[in-house]
Amino acid sequence: MNATAPTISERHECLLRPGNTNCGGCGMSIGLTMLDRALSDAGQTCSLVIPACCGIVTAGAFPTTSYGVPTIATTFASSPAVASGVASIRDLNDEPGQVICWAGDGGTYDIGLGTLSAAAERNENIIYICYDNEIYGNTGGQRSSATPAGARTSTTPVGKSESKKDIMSIMAAHRIPYAATLSVAHPQDFANKLSTALSIKGMRFLLLHSPCPTGWKSEPEDSVKLVRIAVASGLFPLYEVFDGSSYRINIEPDGTDAAEYFHRQRRFSDDEIDLDAIRRFCSKRMRRLNSLAQQYSADG
Amino acid sequence: MPLQVITGNHAAGYALSTAGEANRTARGVACGIYPITPQTEIVEYVAQFPFSKGHVVPVESEHSAMAVSIGAAANGARAFTASSANGLAYMAENIMVAGYYRLPIVMVAVNRTLGPPWNIWADQGDTLMLRDFAWLQFYCETNQEVLDTTLLAFKLAEDRRVLLPAMTCMDAFIVSHTQTETDLPEQEAVDRYLPDLDLPHRMHPDEARTLGGLTWPHEELSMRLEIDEAMNRVPRVYQECRESFTEIFGRDPGDMIQTFGTEDAEVILIASGTMATTAREVVRRRRAKGEKIGLVKVKMFRPYPETALRKACQSATKLAVLDRNYAAGAGGVFWQDTRAAFQGHRDEVLIQNYLTGLCGGDVTPAVIEEILSDIASRSEAGKPVWMGIDTGEETVQ
Repeated sequence: MNATAPTISERHECLLRPGNTNCGGCGMSIGLTMLDRALSDAGQTCSLVIPACCGIVTAGAFPTTSYGVPTIATTFASSPAVASGVASIRDLNDEPGQVICWAGDGGTYDIGLGTLSAAAERNENIIYICYDNEIYGNTGGQRSSATPAGARTSTTPVGKSESKKDIMSIMAAHRIPYAATLSVAHPQDFANKLSTALSIKGMRFLLLHSPCPTGWKSEPEDSVKLVRIAVASGLFPLYEVFDGSSYRINIEPDGTDAAEYFHRQRRFSDDEIDLDAIRRFCSKRMRRLNSLAQQYSADG
Repeated sequence: MPLQVITGNHAAGYALSTAGEANRTARGVACGIYPITPQTEIVEYVAQFPFSKGHVVPVESEHSAMAVSIGAAANGARAFTASSANGLAYMAENIMVAGYYRLPIVMVAVNRTLGPPWNIWADQGDTLMLRDFAWLQFYCETNQEVLDTTLLAFKLAEDRRVLLPAMTCMDAFIVSHTQTETDLPEQEAVDRYLPDLDLPHRMHPDEARTLGGLTWPHEELSMRLEIDEAMNRVPRVYQECRESFTEIFGRDPGDMIQTFGTEDAEVILIASGTMATTAREVVRRRRAKGEKIGLVKVKMFRPYPETALRKACQSATKLAVLDRNYAAGAGGVFWQDTRAAFQGHRDEVLIQNYLTGLCGGDVTPAVIEEILSDIASRSEAGKPVWMGIDTGEETVQ
């Protein structure tokens, strides 16, 4: 890795160009910039395949685009299938460049899950990155199956009663070569995992915890802080799963309490959040992950 | 060229596969496939074809089958798929995308009744439901016509003056599963007919273009207008593709509309698909007795060949439009477009709709005779007439 990030003027072309109209504090935008950095460090290029989501609104209006790479918009459920076609022709023509699906949680956990599962089962040679802001952000903030319990959205006005779907377990159960979680609060960890993903062939699934001040009703300057608390408190564990069978935990929770994560987001209200239950859930999940990482270690 | 006794489905599979293979010297071929009765044999054929530079992706749904073909086509591949009935309905969202992305994908559709209740027999309502999606549509009568039209569809769709996807349609079982002698062209001839595909707007690794992002109304309006202009060019380009087909393969793939006995006909039957085969035989018999009746087979439905149709019906005062489909609340789809084609041009022509062969019913010579009797007795057109309704007394057919 370079010691310092090159400035915009030093770069040949940005993946996410300056001048885009994304919200302040948008985790997806940070994620795109980190992805750009990882591709540059690996000396690789990419094409983006983006379903209906904030990611395609990011491109801006025709004929301009905020994306500095070839990009195709797909229907909501179709990005892994379109990417399969794109990757097929790239591979038949021995062309370099990653084919990367960049999709929100609605397109991943909900409407596109069948398509994603099929692409994973076929072990398509693509990278699928879900920037998970736990909400249908583009449509103004409705619940998805990635929305955590207790969160208020426009379709769960008194807080969602169901808990968040465990998409990582679902994807790992497909025994794909690589599945990992990412946080914009941990850029080095992000870079390491992208480096791993870029060196592997086949289906790679990356889940990015992506703060959304608009949907989370949080302050833009708190975005990175929030997802850092999520990792430190065990709300969003950072780990990798290889071939669906071996595990590595990248950053252990450090005992930070989760309370601040909830207090700083107005989508949660104190009387609807059972912090003790959440703490118990997180610690049980970490015990399970630790046990898997010990028994089925990716390092031995 | 070898003659083989094969089904309509295998004729379609052969045409799709050899067309795909012909692009091996360019960016190759890739497609998504998914089974549904009665087209399954087509995708089986494609999956078993030994492509030199191709990748067939067996996906989990029709929606994804078209999505894979879109991804491949947008990257310069020759791409195709096949489907039927509810599969087409499930695929519809991405069928629309292929049209608006101006991707020359070819799809073979076997016309089957849309369920529920479940019924696997012929009805053209499935593809006609997709008539407004910026696709060319062809309705075929024989296995040979399916094969030839599918090859022609690639040529036409890929022409830079057109650049629109194309659908070749055939009646379920009557064509799809009936074996007839079919002339299969050699790969070398298909190679000559379908040169390397060079899609002008394909994704390119060095070009940071975004395909399909947000577009302002006036920009998108222009794109729709361009589709309309391309549609308007289709009849002329079709004739060129037909001529070069005849030159290379030594047979005529047929005109967009095909006439029989229309030169002096006072009454003309307008039919598509296998209904035309039966109607032609009835017309032949009746003309032998001196009756002035004729047949127009509509092969190309999108764009609707209005000018050619009016020209073919110059002498007629009455048109009987046979529809193997029903647009709920409106009537037959071919009838609606035929009325529109004559309106303001020849308003005096009596245009009567006959809904026949719906949901897989047989369109027998007796049905055609009944239609001819009905239209002969009419002095003005009425509501669409439903043929083959079981009254409980005696069977109409």
